[in-house]
Amino acid sequence: MQLSQRVEIPVARESVWLALNDHRILMQCLPGCEQFEPSEENCFTIVLLAKVGPVKARFQGQVELSDIQHATSYVLSGAGKGGVAGFAKGSASVQLADVEGSEGATVLTYAVNSSVGGKLAQVGSRLVRGAASKMANEFFTRFVGVVTNNPEQEVLIETIES
Amino acid sequence: MVAKNIGEPVLRKEDARFITGKGNYTDDINLRGQAHAFFVRAPVARAMITSLDCSAAEAADGVVAVLTGAQVAEDGLGSLPCGWMVLSKDGSEMKQPPHPPLAADRINYSGEPFAVVIADTLQQARDAAELVEVEFDELDAVVSVADAQSGPQIHPEVPDNTNYDWELGERDETLKAIENAHHVTRLSLVNNRLIPNAIEPRAAIGDYNSGTDEITLYTTSQNPHLARLVLTAFVQLAPEHKLRIIAPDVGGGFGSKIFIYSEETVVAWAARKLDLPIKWTADRSESFLTDAHGRDHVSEAELAMDENGNFLALRVKTLANMGAYLSTFASAVPTYLYGTLLAGQYKTPNVYVEVQAVMTNTAPVDAYRGAGRPEATYLLERIVEIAAQEMNMDPAELRRKNFIQPEDFPYQTPVALEYDIGDYEASLDKALAMADYAGFSARREASVAEGKLRGIGFSCYIEACGLAPSQVAGSLGAGVGLWESGEVRVNPTGSVTVMTGSHSHGQGHETTFAQLVASQLGISIDDVEVIHGDTGKMDFGMGTYGSRSLSVGGSALMKAADKIVAKGKKIAGHLMDAKSEDIDFDDGEFKVRESNLSKTFQEIAFAAYVPHDYPLEELEPGLTEKAFYDPANFTYPAGTHICEVEIDPDTGVTSVVKFTAVDDFGTIINPMIVEGQVHGGIAQGIGQAMLEHGIYDETGQLQTGSFMDYCMPRADDLPNFDVGMTTTVCTHNPVGAKGCGEAGAIGSPPAVINAITNALGVREIDMPATPLNVWQTLQNATHEDARGE
Repeated sequence: MQLSQRVEIPVARESVWLALNDHRILMQCLPGCEQFEPSEENCFTIVLLAKVGPVKARFQGQVELSDIQHATSYVLSGAGKGGVAGFAKGSASVQLADVEGSEGATVLTYAVNSSVGGKLAQVGSRLVRGAASKMANEFFTRFVGVVTNNPEQEVLIETIES
Repeated sequence: MVAKNIGEPVLRKEDARFITGKGNYTDDINLRGQAHAFFVRAPVARAMITSLDCSAAEAADGVVAVLTGAQVAEDGLGSLPCGWMVLSKDGSEMKQPPHPPLAADRINYSGEPFAVVIADTLQQARDAAELVEVEFDELDAVVSVADAQSGPQIHPEVPDNTNYDWELGERDETLKAIENAHHVTRLSLVNNRLIPNAIEPRAAIGDYNSGTDEITLYTTSQNPHLARLVLTAFVQLAPEHKLRIIAPDVGGGFGSKIFIYSEETVVAWAARKLDLPIKWTADRSESFLTDAHGRDHVSEAELAMDENGNFLALRVKTLANMGAYLSTFASAVPTYLYGTLLAGQYKTPNVYVEVQAVMTNTAPVDAYRGAGRPEATYLLERIVEIAAQEMNMDPAELRRKNFIQPEDFPYQTPVALEYDIGDYEASLDKALAMADYAGFSARREASVAEGKLRGIGFSCYIEACGLAPSQVAGSLGAGVGLWESGEVRVNPTGSVTVMTGSHSHGQGHETTFAQLVASQLGISIDDVEVIHGDTGKMDFGMGTYGSRSLSVGGSALMKAADKIVAKGKKIAGHLMDAKSEDIDFDDGEFKVRESNLSKTFQEIAFAAYVPHDYPLEELEPGLTEKAFYDPANFTYPAGTHICEVEIDPDTGVTSVVKFTAVDDFGTIINPMIVEGQVHGGIAQGIGQAMLEHGIYDETGQLQTGSFMDYCMPRADDLPNFDVGMTTTVCTHNPVGAKGCGEAGAIGSPPAVINAITNALGVREIDMPATPLNVWQTLQNATHEDARGE
């Protein structure tokens, strides 16, 4: 499954970057996230309760940040196991840029490449994309709320067709 | 002698219990103190198991044991074998990888079981399965048939992932004929992968009696004796006489319940190991993942013709997907049940076929309703239809021109089979009349006036049924004989208990066999009870598949009934002081010829069991006879299917508006049951042609793992079928029957696709012709036309 989106955030790039590297903020913004703890450098242990169609499972896994370019980009990759429900794994490359002509605003683009296995694939593969975009929308709505300190802040999310 | 019961549409005796919920299926059986099994399955398609820790699961509430592949190996349980040896062109034996009942170190398809949790309740077993700690080292999976031979090697025993490279027919003559032909039609096609989906999922209960050291396995099997043979002689589960298999009411099989699977094997093994009855019933997801799938061929074909459309030669090259392991009959399906049928109804003098069987990281593929013959028929009837387009000939007439004629029988095909009898023109003519072919152009105009497209498509199929002459099958690599057994037990009051080695899982044998025996003995079918599906009750039997039950199993029963009549004549002769050769048996009465003396069947039965006045020095008391019947040849049901479709060009939605099937099944015992078999087969064939497709993604995950994504035909996808019969009586079995169980699924897919290509005015469309596929094909054709102009 591939998903690519572009999000405008009315906050300076440096602040967005700091938030993107704060695991407490990530945990707070990620729907269903029950744990997001650093394990070693740039690595985190996460627990995530996710629902895809008829499959609801608690996924446990590792997330790693790599190719880190300060305030510009990183790659977030991870894999989680949901027991009998199967597994999910994937990576997202995230990039930040200033919004042209607009002081203190940032455009975040990301591209996710993910795959699922087991029961999740068997009954849910048709639904994974929908579940993923819903999760992304919720994440960025919360994230923008946190970085702007305004939970009502409107968020412009645009899906990039591949 | 045709007795009155034969040919009557008697209502099915078994339906009373089925429609009132009194059926007795495996899952209806509960044994005192039984535990439940839940299988732990791989979520990945190809991997090494790097660690497996079951301790947490073992400690969970209610868990009796967690058993793994290592324990299966320790106990010396053997590999699940493939029972048909196929030789490659160079004479080498097919490459068969071991198939452990539980994977020990390597995973080869998604859903493969590697452990089983046994617990007091199913919920406890399920919960504990979550606690099994397993680590996989994932490897790249081989998924597509076309790329299988160049992909990473799945099994060390199978180089190039190729089990065999098989051929049949005269290569040089065929190639020469193609080279010199006036016209050659060429076609590449895919026969889509199907997932069986019987209503009742597979189920098993293992029960061990430590007093007698006997295992009883209740299971959803089409062939309990064969299952017992394989589980004892090959898997080494127990000595053959210490394993009893009971296959009670079974809710559909379509081939998928022929095979020996991991779960049934493990349940029986674990029952003895733990001295505990253990039950397992597949959920629908498990059925999708692990029931042997069907079809999945990629083929290329060339059909050579002279200037008048006479077929000169057919050449076929096929890649057949076997999946991750060779299932019980898998090797025979794309060879002896496929290549041998490529002559079809035609007198094509040269046919040459090459088949390579390849392995992929997908569920094993094996026989599914029709097994090889639908694949052969689809290929042949598609290329003939395209040949008619290219030769600018009427598709019905091109077929007619090439038919084997009634006077040509017995007809030796260039691909090993000898057809005994048939009249292909008779079924074509009847089908053309029933389908009102003459009125088609008017119906097409009417559709066009409403903005719709209309098409008509033909399929003239033949199949080889009644598996099989044992000596022929043996010489072709079959590991078993293929006869059938039957026993007729006359009770002292004259009612009859019939034992058959065939198995009914929807076919209505309890009625058809009762009709057959009742008519032979001149008694009411209400006085006949048919018993099947228990290795503890009847002699060894071969079970039901390949439309064999009536022609082989029914013939055994007919022979046994004949023996009853012969013995009855001797008893009657004694009682009436006449020679047994002067006794006639007719309509339930033994009569002394040219006299008014007679005894009823019931009187003779009573005399046999109460032998007060009885020739005991010459004749044993009792009235029970057995027969084993091994046919002299396959049977060859054949017929014509005509499909008419209407397509909405804006949406691609395709309606089958008319479907005509005219079949020649030889002697028919119960026309209502036969028609029902034809209806079911056509529904499955239309499902394959328009709806069903088993799809794996590139990592080997099954994408169509539920009814949300795998589309089964429903009533509103199907028209009322027009079913007709023509009859040529099978020449070599006493019933004269040919078999009807698979014909619908064999004949219909090409008729549907030919109708769709005819409506769209295109050469090709792959199955399934979903609305999207049809719409896209139409768009592509329209754009090509536009570019051409």
